[in-house]
Amino acid sequence: MAKYSLRHAFAEALVDLGKKYPNLVALEADLQDSTQSIQFMKAFPERYIQVGIAEQNMMGIAAGLALSGKIPVTHTFACFASMRACEQVRTSIAYPKLNVKIFVSHCGVSAGTAGTSHHAIEDIAIMRAIPNMTVIAPGDAREMRQAAEAAIRYDGPAYVRVGAGEAEDVYTETHHFEIGKATVLRDGNDATIISTGQLMYEAVCASDELRKQGKKIRVLQMGTVKPIDREVILEAAEETGFIVTIEEHNVVGGLGGAVAEVAAEIGKAKVRRLGIQDRFSPVGTAAYILGEEMLTINDIIVSLLEFVKE
Amino acid sequence: MAQCYDIEYLRELARQSRIDVIKMLEAAKSGHPGGSLSEIEILVALYGHVMKHDNDNINMKDRDRFVLSKGHGIPGLYAVMANLDYWPREDLLSLRTVNSRFQGHPDRVRLPGLEASTGSLGQGLSIAIGYALASKLDNDAYRVYCVIGDGESQEGQIWEAALSAPKFKLDNLVCILDYNKGQIDGFVKDVMPLEPIADKWKAFGWHVIKVDGHDIDELIRAFEEAASIKGKPTFILADTVKGKGVSFMEGLIDWHGVAPNKEEAEQALKELGA
Ligand SMILES: Cc1ncc(C[n+]2csc(CCOP(=O)(O)OP(=O)(O)O)c2C)c(N)n1
Repeated sequence: MAKYSLRHAFAEALVDLGKKYPNLVALEADLQDSTQSIQFMKAFPERYIQVGIAEQNMMGIAAGLALSGKIPVTHTFACFASMRACEQVRTSIAYPKLNVKIFVSHCGVSAGTAGTSHHAIEDIAIMRAIPNMTVIAPGDAREMRQAAEAAIRYDGPAYVRVGAGEAEDVYTETHHFEIGKATVLRDGNDATIISTGQLMYEAVCASDELRKQGKKIRVLQMGTVKPIDREVILEAAEETGFIVTIEEHNVVGGLGGAVAEVAAEIGKAKVRRLGIQDRFSPVGTAAYILGEEMLTINDIIVSLLEFVKE
Repeated sequence: MAQCYDIEYLRELARQSRIDVIKMLEAAKSGHPGGSLSEIEILVALYGHVMKHDNDNINMKDRDRFVLSKGHGIPGLYAVMANLDYWPREDLLSLRTVNSRFQGHPDRVRLPGLEASTGSLGQGLSIAIGYALASKLDNDAYRVYCVIGDGESQEGQIWEAALSAPKFKLDNLVCILDYNKGQIDGFVKDVMPLEPIADKWKAFGWHVIKVDGHDIDELIRAFEEAASIKGKPTFILADTVKGKGVSFMEGLIDWHGVAPNKEEAEQALKELGA
């Protein structure tokens, strides 16, 4: 299987979208290489707004641009967009339902050795709690490109997570990203793994491994965490009874929280949440951190088997 | 280029708007009289003469844009716009009631005609910059005006915005400071001093004009000067009096966020010649 950098997939997609949508403008807060917005800058210098290290101002400017009929796309790290500029996103953008696209790089622990200050394990929970906001976390380059276009076409505020590293290709040509719809990556009725973001690869590998042992584990990629696809959770609850969620985020309030809310409301499935267990993520390479946080393929398998046996 | 205007008409607009502010706040039994009264002449100069806008066509493409960053001062804007036939004056009395379009802080989704939803201080100037940038991208389609408060100027985001507008050479943007010297917990000079304000904005790269914020002629001249400045945004330091027009409110911090009761409102209305 091939790998591809999600940042680059997104940046390339944005340049294509820039050709298609003349009113698309990009904003950057001094991270043009890291976010790869430099690609848009080179293609459309006149539609590129460098605001400096001022994320709050960036969100406000984006609001004003959206009010004038532009499609502003903001660039910065997930931690800064969701936390430093949280209230600007809520009040200046989401409250009047403005058409601003907040693409955030270095989501989850993908900033790795840069340190915990640069990790974002709270952003899904924060953004999910803001009315009018759509929250998207693509898992591979194909899903990233499709999600970028879907977010730009959608009329309203959207928060899109972009990992810093490379992601293994999982999506096949037949898979299609649609806002609010999960993608079924593997069939099976023994249990369900629901993933979001890049950990869909680990989820699929765990399922494939267990299939060799005769266990058929369904895998659903929740590319959109909000609005959540209640329908597939309902089916998984009824048909498989056990749901394991996996995400590069705190288990509090993220995908696990969202799935557990739906499952509890319908009262039909047991849910186990894998992710960062409500502590600040340690420092190291992203792969090291995922190991420490028990988010490897093997961890998923062990956890799932234990869970179903219990 | 000075256009002619009827100063008596504008003064009357200001007087009538103050009367409406008092009536609204009395009816709502809450709201912010101090900052709603201090900003009136600024709003009257803009909506009554300077700005290009049309109450019959609120979405007019090239209308000038106005952002009230100090959103709690919205009763003043509701009143001025009512007097310019944006909405019936009677409707103003529904201020702060359930389902009213006239919320305590502006909500542009409920009340089209407003250009921004503000209320959380510090955010409006950035929004105005977004409008001004869009106007530039569309070949200077319209001008943008933003009123901020002096207390509000303690917010960091104001200075992020102040730093950025000159970089983008937004000569289509005017930021007006309603310098009424008061905030909630006291005088600005005691809570967190801002002076020298003009020097700060000059140092940030703005064209700075000082005016008496209750002198409509002076305000209009300042807006005309701003329109003639090329390559940089203009900051108008409008010297105002908090609670202007009502003797027992003028200059008093206590009237920042308290509505007048029936007797107080009657007294205020009498002074305003209602
Ligand atoms: C971010 C934020 N913090 C606090 C408040 C509460 N608040 C409302 S008005 C006000 C004082 C504003 O003072 P100023 O900007 O000088 O306004 P004015 O005197 O013109 O009414 C404060 C602190 C708020 N609305 N937003």
